[in-house]
Amino acid sequence: MKTKDVKKTRNRRLENVIYEFKHNRQAMFAAIYLILVILVSLFVVFVKDLDPDAIDVMNKLQGPSAEHWFGTDNMGRDYFARVLYGGRVSLLVGVLAMLTSIVLGVTVGTVSGYFGGLVDNILMRIVDVFQSIPWIIMVTVVGIVFKKGLFSIIIVIGLFSWMEIARLVRSEVLTSKEREYVQYARFIGVRSLAVMLRHVLPAVFPTIITAATAAIASAIMTESSLSFLGLGIQQPMSSWGSLLQQAQQYLQTAPYMAMLPGALIILTVYSFNKLGDVLRVFVEPRVQAGEKE
Amino acid sequence: MIKYIVKRILQAIPLLLLITIICFTLINMAPYDAVDAITTPDMSIAEIEMRREAYGLNDPVYVQYLRWLNNILHGNFGYSLLSHTSIKYDLMIRIPNTVRLVLPSYLTAYVLAIVLGLVAGSHRGKWQDKLLDGFCSFGLSVPTFFFAMLLMYFLGYRLKLFPIMGMHTIGKEGSMADYLQHFVMPYLALVFGFLPDLTRYVRGSTIGQLKEDYVTVQKAFGANKSEILFKHVAKNVLIPLITKLGMALPMLVTGAVITETIFSWPGIGSYFVKAVSGLDYPIVMAVLILSGSLVILGNLLSDILYCLIDPRIKSMQ
Repeated sequence: MKTKDVKKTRNRRLENVIYEFKHNRQAMFAAIYLILVILVSLFVVFVKDLDPDAIDVMNKLQGPSAEHWFGTDNMGRDYFARVLYGGRVSLLVGVLAMLTSIVLGVTVGTVSGYFGGLVDNILMRIVDVFQSIPWIIMVTVVGIVFKKGLFSIIIVIGLFSWMEIARLVRSEVLTSKEREYVQYARFIGVRSLAVMLRHVLPAVFPTIITAATAAIASAIMTESSLSFLGLGIQQPMSSWGSLLQQAQQYLQTAPYMAMLPGALIILTVYSFNKLGDVLRVFVEPRVQAGEKE
Repeated sequence: MIKYIVKRILQAIPLLLLITIICFTLINMAPYDAVDAITTPDMSIAEIEMRREAYGLNDPVYVQYLRWLNNILHGNFGYSLLSHTSIKYDLMIRIPNTVRLVLPSYLTAYVLAIVLGLVAGSHRGKWQDKLLDGFCSFGLSVPTFFFAMLLMYFLGYRLKLFPIMGMHTIGKEGSMADYLQHFVMPYLALVFGFLPDLTRYVRGSTIGQLKEDYVTVQKAFGANKSEILFKHVAKNVLIPLITKLGMALPMLVTGAVITETIFSWPGIGSYFVKAVSGLDYPIVMAVLILSGSLVILGNLLSDILYCLIDPRIKSMQ
């Protein structure tokens, strides 16, 4: 009986989300754009003629033409190919950094909210410390310790973006652990880990999903800023941010180099943010019920 | 009140210490140290070891930390590894430059955000709101450095209205007009960077306030819309905004790292980025301490302001 009820409300939430997508043109656009970008990033490696590293010094810094749709860069490499391959890196960093920060944030938030007391106090003070230093300072300092590269940038962004998620999850856990079914599970002696995984976390799930889409957007943004400062992705690999770093040097002679990666960053971040806004409808029923606000 | 402030400051000290300990450990984990930065290929290993001993780098980490802490407490930030200049002296030149850039930008964005946020919030769902909200979600997706590049290209290269780099033209250091010309583009970039987030915040709290009972009461008394908005709602919207002002304090130092780097503005941000790429870690530590203390100070300030302004909180103490 109980599971049936849960399912019903889930479906209504899902219906809300679908309704929102159908009636919100921006959300629809965001979804289509993201699917397109992800598909292109996944399958671009199978296109034979697009080689982002093929150097052709005779044709360097050429404007857009039939052969090179978006021109060539300072080493004569096809810019369109470079941007598509750059998108792979940007998205990869976005998704993996998001996963790192979600895992950290959800773990800390759940443990903190569930056990309360001293554990909660210690963990929340750690959150305070992490939050009290501007991200750009923290990320660069840790960047000194790790060797520069794809892996370290993912870890670094993940390590410094989980605090907000931890706080959110903690406050959700605080309310959901008071529910009868959780109390009952604890009463009949189910182990803490099992209670957290099976009973507490599912209730927090919508919040996590919403936070995750926003986290991808901000990770992509952070990565692009770091790469732009020369502290992120290093040559020969490139992301949209590091492409823009190069583009800055040729801004006067080859302004087209800045436009494409810039536009793609804006669209991608915008779409992930929009998606997060729409998915918030998942959490909305409770907002309306007055538990929040 | 004074008791409360003292208590808060005492609570902040361990937090600050913890931050420095974390950073110090991190930097000690780095695979190279101060001596690696100054060794030249013709030094013998014994020579390098001697330097390491002289710098005290062979002592245990906690001894090094205490020595460093002692120096900081005496106002001695150490010397840059690369240029050997006094960091304190560098900071004293660079901090005012950053403040001169960030303060006007933040205040402009702050005032604009209050106006735009009130307009959007009070016209919820109408075209004004849709326009402003659309602008905000767009603005939040534009990386600051990209907007700065657009400014640079259109206003700098194309229209040649403003100089692209620096704070002064060489030889015209005293000229105000010259300074203002250099100031415009980074200023615009920063205002654009600060604005969307603040506007959203004001809009959100305006919408929240308009749902409150006192608005219904005023409506029942027949007060007109603008009277309610400016006399009553605005007042209540401003209170949480005051806390934002306090929290923005650390921005005076770290708020413009990217913008300063692009426009080669000689402030803390570009100083820091250069230090990071050059592994000049005493500078990194100094900036870190500075921004950490400002964050804590800012939080304290916003709490105090809140107490002073909101009578409900004052009566609670």
